[in-house]
Parts: sequence; C-alpha cells; structure tokens
Amino acid sequence: MELSEHLFRRESGRLTAALTRIFGVHNLALAEDVVQDAFCRALEVWKVRGVPDNPAAWLMAVAKHRALDVVRRERTARTFESEVSRALESEWTLVPAVEEAFAVDTIRDEQLRMMFSCCHPRLPEDVQVALVLNILCGFGASEIASAFLLTRAAVEKRISRGKKALARSKQLFDLADAEFGARLSAVQRALYLLFNEGYHGSSAETAVREDLCGEAIRLALLLLDCPRTASPDTHALAALMCLQAARLPARLDAGGDLNPLVEQDRSRWDERLVEQGIALLERSAVGEVVSAYHIEAAIAAAHARARTVDQIDWPTIVELYDRLMAVAPSPVVALNRAIAIGERDGPEKGLEALRAIENADRLRRYPFYPAALGELERRRGNLAAAREHFSSAVTLARSRAERRFFEKRARDGVGG
Amino acid sequence: MSQFLYLYRMAGTARQEAMGTPERAQQNMQRWMAWMRDLDAKGHLKDRGQPLEQTGKVVRGQQKAVTDGPFTEAKDLVGGFSIVEARDIDQAVELSRGCPILDGGGSVEVRPVMKMDF
Repeated sequence: MELSEHLFRRESGRLTAALTRIFGVHNLALAEDVVQDAFCRALEVWKVRGVPDNPAAWLMAVAKHRALDVVRRERTARTFESEVSRALESEWTLVPAVEEAFAVDTIRDEQLRMMFSCCHPRLPEDVQVALVLNILCGFGASEIASAFLLTRAAVEKRISRGKKALARSKQLFDLADAEFGARLSAVQRALYLLFNEGYHGSSAETAVREDLCGEAIRLALLLLDCPRTASPDTHALAALMCLQAARLPARLDAGGDLNPLVEQDRSRWDERLVEQGIALLERSAVGEVVSAYHIEAAIAAAHARARTVDQIDWPTIVELYDRLMAVAPSPVVALNRAIAIGERDGPEKGLEALRAIENADRLRRYPFYPAALGELERRRGNLAAAREHFSSAVTLARSRAERRFFEKRARDGVGG
Repeated sequence: MSQFLYLYRMAGTARQEAMGTPERAQQNMQRWMAWMRDLDAKGHLKDRGQPLEQTGKVVRGQQKAVTDGPFTEAKDLVGGFSIVEARDIDQAVELSRGCPILDGGGSVEVRPVMKMDF
C-alpha cells in the first residue's frame, strides 16, 4: 500500500475539525495534541506492519479512540463547553456524539466553520491566511515561513495570535449567522491571497508554491461542497484558481526561469484544470452580482481558450479589464489593462494607457511596471529607453527568479 | 544466512520531534517504507516484526515488585523490532545504516539471534 500524497497534512485539518467539535474551540490545543498522537502512533505501527488499506480511516479510528479516552479521563477536571458537551457527560451519549463528530458531513461542515472562524474581521489578513494554512491545511510554522519568506518566529507569532483569538470565541462561526455574507467574502479573500502567494509569491521553490495553489483550490472546492457557501462568486473564485493553476506546468522554462504568458508552451497547460475552470465559470454565471472573481476568471478563460498566441482575444480582454477597473480598481489592474491595450492597439496606445494610470506612484516598487514600459518601448523601436526601463525592473526584482526574468527580457529584447 | 534482531530505539521526545509537522511525518513514513521495501526486495526481511506500546510494566526481583515503565522520558525506548537475515553481523550492520530512525536521532540495536546448531 502506497501513501497518498500529503495524507497526513490533509487528514490533519479534517481530524482537528472533528475533535474541535467534541472538545470545543477553546480546547483547540488539546485537539491538536490528539491529532499529533494519532500521527505518532501511525508512524510507529505502519513502519513495521506497513501502511493499512485505508490509512485515513485508520487515523480516524485512532483519533476517535483517543478522544473517548481524553473525555473519560478529563470530564471531571476540564470543562469542554462544546456544542455537544452535554452528550459527553454520560456514557450513553458519549460514543454516539464522538461518532457523529467524525461523520463525513460533520467533518466538512466543521472545517467550513473553522475556516470562517479563522477569517474573523478583527484578525489581519496575514494572520487569517497563516491560521488557515496551519489548522486546515496542516502546514507547520516552518513550512509557512519558507513559503512566505518569513522567519519562523514571525509565523509562530501570527499563528499564536490567531489561536488565542479562536480560543476566546465561545464556539466556531455559525453558518446561519447574520454576518454570513460578509464573512464568506473574507474567506474568499483569504483563499484568493493564499492562491496568489503560491502563484506569484516570493518563494523560489516551485513545489512549495504549487502546494499553496493546490491547497487554495482544495478549500475553494470544499466551499462548493456545501450549498450555503457555494455562491456564484465562490464558483467564480474556484474557476479563476483552476484556470490560473492550469498554467503552472508551463510557467518555468527548461532552465527553471519564469516564462511570460505569451511565450508559454500552451500544450503544457493542464487540460483537465482548464476544463474544470471553464465548467465552474459557466456555473458561476447566475444571479445579479458580477464579482471581481467573475471578471478575473473570464480574463483567465480568454487566455486559456486561445490555442496559440495569435488567437488571444485582446479586444475582449481589454473590455474585461475595463469592467474590472469599475468593480475593483487598483494600479496593478490598470497596469494589466494597459498591457492588453498595447496588444490590441499597438505600443503607442499601450504607453499612453500606462502613463494615464492614477496612483502610479503605488507601482513605484513594482518591477512589472518598468518591465511593461520597457516592453512597449522596445516594440516601438525605442531601444535605449527600453534598456533603461528593464534595468529598473532588474533592480526592483523581489526574487532571484524575477531578476533573472527581467535580465533575460533586457538581453533578448534590446540586444544589450 | 543468519538471523538478526533489529531493535528500534528512540527517546520519546525525539519521537515527537521526528513527527514534527504532518508533512515531515509523511516524509518520515515514506523513508521507512522505502527502506523496508528495499530490505524485503533483497530477501533480507525475515519478519517485519511488531511495534510496541510506549508504556508497560516492569516486574523485578524475588519480591516480584511491579513498577510502571518503561517511561517515555527514557533515553532510548524500544519502539519496535524486526528480524532480518544477513550473511554475518557486518552485513546486518551495513543494512541497518539505511534505517530512517538514525536521521531522527534514534538508534538500531543489531543483535544476532543465537544459533542452535551445536
């Protein structure tokens, strides 16, 4: 029997959710200890006896068993104060309550509630993302630190701050709460940030980044699994992630350097993810509201539909960027819109649009701004200016991969 | 071929540490599986053996005094055993060098099974 990929990480979030239901969210640390115990036990036993046929079920059985032990041992000394705590008091109801906590639907719902609790508006977004990664995705502080290029201490601080807030809350977020809508937006936003960290992020390690994208997609699909959270904009968000992630295999060239979108080998895009993304996008097209996720997904779909670079429908893409600017304006969106205008109407118009960006000073440290200027200058034959812009981009690069990318653009483009 | 007992020893704290994060547990597990598979493929694995609980009792002396133990704080708690077949002790030792428990600060005690061929 082989271990399925990331088995422990995946089960970590599911088991923690079930155990939190039993012990109460203020006992999150206890739930985590029980999960850790179950994993230790699995290691000891599987090492010698081999991995069982259903390792996830095995882990769950151990966790249930331990949960019963803990409740029986501590029910007099510790207050559980969970939503099922009354049932824990009597042997008659204890076993059914523990079984119920580990039922498929309960585990799904408790994971969703945990996700909603992690995205509490009083917690900063970086804390929310770290909490989600730690509790629901089973990432350790050191792993989050290496993915986000932070120190382990900084990540530990974020996690412990978040967990303190969680422990103070009486119970996990109730999906029937009046604040549901606002909180769903916060959850979507956290998953969007998590995905983007993987997609554009600072870590040079491809495997780490693909993991982050994979986790964001997994959690978005979990939201789609429950009717209440499967709103049109959740569908759009999941579509966006699938369509972007489809390009991951082609993002790096043979030498491990970043490949710009238009130069990617489209045959290396993940066909299955493209299809899934398009299907999700179609299902997102209900209701009145067109969210930023809808528009971003539509842009990604326009790229995905083009078999060759010549087939890219730039007029549609420019239109979509216009709509995105209306819904969620930002200098980075304006920058991408200007690049699309350059593709549709030629470099002069593109440069015009770039110069017209409001709040362009917010792009001062964003290396893709001078890179876009350089690209458009190069296309209209102004090589000296192009060279200058590309060298600014090189100095602003935030990672080695980015620096090499801009250096290559400068070399290839302007022959210097 | 002779038989050898591998005793896997590790401190309780190191055991927790080797577990670390779920992803590290996964990697640890994969290394064990690969090592065991390799031993098996080369015909050295006589018996995979059994894992042992971290707790138990010790009965000692003529008074037959019973104490709790071994304790998880013990420096090198036996966590399990396997039986391998090897040409001689040198080969058995060589084979044990691949054991992932060593990376986690544990040890493998290699003990020849006494031969009864006198």
